[in-house]
Amino acid sequence: MSAPGGRAASAPLMGRAAEPSLFDLSEPGRLSASFRTSGLPEWSLADLVPEEFRATEPVQLPEVAERDLVAHFTRLTHRQYSVDLGSYPLGSCTMKYNPKSCDAAASMPGFADVHPASPPSMIQGWLEVLVELEEALCAITGMAAATLQPAAGAAGELTGLMLMRAYHDHGGERRTRIIIPDTSHGTNPASVALAGYEITTVGTNERGSVDLRHLREVLGPDVAGMMLTNPNTLGLFEEEIVEVAAAVHDAGGLMYYDGANLNAILGVVRPGDMGFDIVHMNVHKTFATPHGGGGPGAGPVAVREGLKEFLPGPRPVRLLSGSFGFETPAHSIGRLHSWHGNALVLLRAWAYLRLNGADGLRSVSDVAVLNANWLKERLRGVYDAAYDRPVMHECVLSAEALQKETGLRALDVAKRLLELGFHAPTVYFPLIVHEALMIEPTETESPQTVAALAEALEQIANEARAAGSATDAKAAPRTTPVGRVDEARAARHLIATYDQRDDGAQG
Amino acid sequence: MNAPFVPHTDAEIGEMLGFLGLSSLDELFSVIPEAIRLAGGLDLPDHWSEADLRDRLEELAAANMPVGRHLVCFAGAGAYDHEIPAVVRSLASRSEFVTAYTPYQPEVAQGVLQALFEYQTMIARLTGLEIANASLYDGAAALVEGVNMAVAAAGHSTVLCSDGVNPRWRRQLQTFSKGPGLEIVHVPLADGVTDWGSGAAAAAGRVGAVVVATPNFLGCLEDISAARRTADRLGARLVVVFDPVAAGVLKTPGSLGADIVVGEGQALGTPLSFGGPYLGLFACRLADVRRLPGRLVGETLDVEGRPAYVSTLRTREQDIRRERATSNVCSNQTLMAVTAAIQLGWLGTTGLVEVATRSARAARYCRESLLALDGVESAADAPVLREFALRTPLQADTVIDRMLEEGFLAGTVVEEGFIGTHYAGSLLVATTERRTRTEIDSFVAAFDKAVR
Ligand SMILES: Cc1ncc(COP(=O)(O)O)c(C=O)c1O
Repeated sequence: MSAPGGRAASAPLMGRAAEPSLFDLSEPGRLSASFRTSGLPEWSLADLVPEEFRATEPVQLPEVAERDLVAHFTRLTHRQYSVDLGSYPLGSCTMKYNPKSCDAAASMPGFADVHPASPPSMIQGWLEVLVELEEALCAITGMAAATLQPAAGAAGELTGLMLMRAYHDHGGERRTRIIIPDTSHGTNPASVALAGYEITTVGTNERGSVDLRHLREVLGPDVAGMMLTNPNTLGLFEEEIVEVAAAVHDAGGLMYYDGANLNAILGVVRPGDMGFDIVHMNVHKTFATPHGGGGPGAGPVAVREGLKEFLPGPRPVRLLSGSFGFETPAHSIGRLHSWHGNALVLLRAWAYLRLNGADGLRSVSDVAVLNANWLKERLRGVYDAAYDRPVMHECVLSAEALQKETGLRALDVAKRLLELGFHAPTVYFPLIVHEALMIEPTETESPQTVAALAEALEQIANEARAAGSATDAKAAPRTTPVGRVDEARAARHLIATYDQRDDGAQG
Repeated sequence: MNAPFVPHTDAEIGEMLGFLGLSSLDELFSVIPEAIRLAGGLDLPDHWSEADLRDRLEELAAANMPVGRHLVCFAGAGAYDHEIPAVVRSLASRSEFVTAYTPYQPEVAQGVLQALFEYQTMIARLTGLEIANASLYDGAAALVEGVNMAVAAAGHSTVLCSDGVNPRWRRQLQTFSKGPGLEIVHVPLADGVTDWGSGAAAAAGRVGAVVVATPNFLGCLEDISAARRTADRLGARLVVVFDPVAAGVLKTPGSLGADIVVGEGQALGTPLSFGGPYLGLFACRLADVRRLPGRLVGETLDVEGRPAYVSTLRTREQDIRRERATSNVCSNQTLMAVTAAIQLGWLGTTGLVEVATRSARAARYCRESLLALDGVESAADAPVLREFALRTPLQADTVIDRMLEEGFLAGTVVEEGFIGTHYAGSLLVATTERRTRTEIDSFVAAFDKAVR
């Protein structure tokens, strides 16, 4: 068998010394910047800014040569794991390979250097991309229209909840509660609170699905809607989704789809056909836009026909003339972004959808689900599946038994896995699974990589079982730029800027 | 496989299915009720090659007009054409920064974490406050979060918001005010700056947040101390919208009494990008850090006592605190924050002062030249820095259209709504350090023809 392409254990990180801060590298008077020759009158600051507004001292920034600036940030990149380096099976985050041709699109001056307030005649290409993206997202989700403004999934959730509110208000109804399952992602309840709704949590049954009986008990005329992701955060398809949606609709509520797990079902089943009314997508997950170490993402929200008139505006539209312009829906909830959304991220998503097409997207989900099921079966007897039935694009395993036997916790598995050349899975989520390891291989990892990942996970469990203790794993990671980090100390003794350091001085 | 980025061979897929005891990929989805499954696949074209994609992209890009030599940019309104050197573009596109996820495993994320720590330090210094977070989506999102934080801290839900705050951002504040039940009182401008008199009196006793921008949307410099006095009188927190470039030469909002400072960080190394992804800047006082929205990086030690960085005060965040979190934000705009740190490192102390000074020189020269034209008048007389509003004899959008033909993006129209009628319809012009005398002279000559 060929070697696993996604294993990063060979990465040549240099030494384990700390990288000085850019402020430590600063030498007063050193300069990198240079500017255009302007030929303008050289008015002084005193001429330009009235004294009452003018700073007396400039703000101190690092003063470094371009060479040292490059060295510093390049060394920082050598202290950073990334998808380009190796496999990143972080459950719920869909860390698949990010195609370079999509990045290349985003660096074309014809897209990147366009001012967002340019008149429509100057941005026809941009508007066409956005309209086509909206159409593609509607085809994938089975919805009628979409807004591209939300900057990430959480912003999409809040948007969806504002849409629910506008819909019920318009119908003259005052509804106050949103139902979410106990497996939901933290952004769901946080968004519900920000939208001014109360939360009712519904339980999970022994098969790992929404407890339909419990749901029916908590539904009522004050329920505005339900938020759900399907497959859910246990990696399981909600088999009773049709019944769940019908129950919520019968109570007059709307169904919201958290699209974080859309990678499992592209071309297989559409949220619209499951009974959802509002859908957000995380294009930085499903559509491979790079996550930038924490963002930017984009969280478009698609809706059914009856909700279209409430969408945020202004939105790019195809005009009767065949050209493109903007339109604000009749009962729009308003604006959600300074401009038109995270446009360059959306452009990458458009390019990704073109490169994959209908045939490719179906294969994406086929193989994402195949990899996850293979991994789950391969690890049978090593870790326990939280719910032992076929999974979709990710599997949630538990280290609970191992912890009881040997003291090996999910966190230790994660840290030891780093030493073996892989990024860690998501741990301790969803909250209802003890010692959860949420593993999402994604479709871009080869069978060899998935096998090597499984082998590494097995090795970690076997080592602990053989030793009858987790001492070795608890010392991990030992090969990374820093060892296990003292998080409690960071919170207890807050140093969030260089100037808060005990030895930190302005300058 | 038809998917270009799926490595599996047909033989491998067969083997994996065999291991699972399945005979087809379809069987992987047998748990999905037949009735809701999509028959016939997605209604989209099949996949394209990279070369075909590139051809199409070139066609679409050609249907856009980017700023540059053929369209010289005098537009601002929250998106500015500042210098971005090759070194910033190069470092900010390093794939280790670009293709990482949120730093959940600090041992393998020291690169992003340390860059964010340096970014937080720079933003704290620019705002004159002690704490800056690791970014929010954009300026408008930062404003909304700032108001939410102020209102929660003060315990009152009325917001006194200056008309000088970007109208698009205030629309967004309006959109999101329904959840927390904010009542927003708009405070009008007089001569281009906020007149705290009338509105302030009306809302006394209920005000949680006072919001002001400097330079404001019309480019005018605001008296932050006056806003501070208003906030003090009302027992409210003061939220200041600042501009990180102007911060190179102005007194810091923190030193003038701001409790919370928010802003748009696009000017720090991010291209115009048709409006996104940009960078939401957010800073607050140390005393309020437990109410801070979004991620915060702290310095600590590893087990061997070496300095290390980690996301900290995590109990504020949605994944731990859920509905009681300080915000719902999860993904933010880390890459733009890292970019800003690199750009500010390139600029250094004197470089940022230069950018602000050169932008202001261009604005002074351009404004005075335009005001010397017949019929062109100032829409706001208060002191400005790099952006200013004009009244033109012809409608501003007509002027903009005519100027496009001469190779200039002449500015933006101040739209109606969320701003006094006196200012609506005026033309907002911005200059950066990239504008030269030659460009401005030809701009003014073309303007002279376009306005009549
Ligand atoms: C299930 C789920 N919902 C929502 C989100 C929030 O998405 P974002 O980070 O884009 O705001 C995530 C992200 O991790 C998620 O996994």
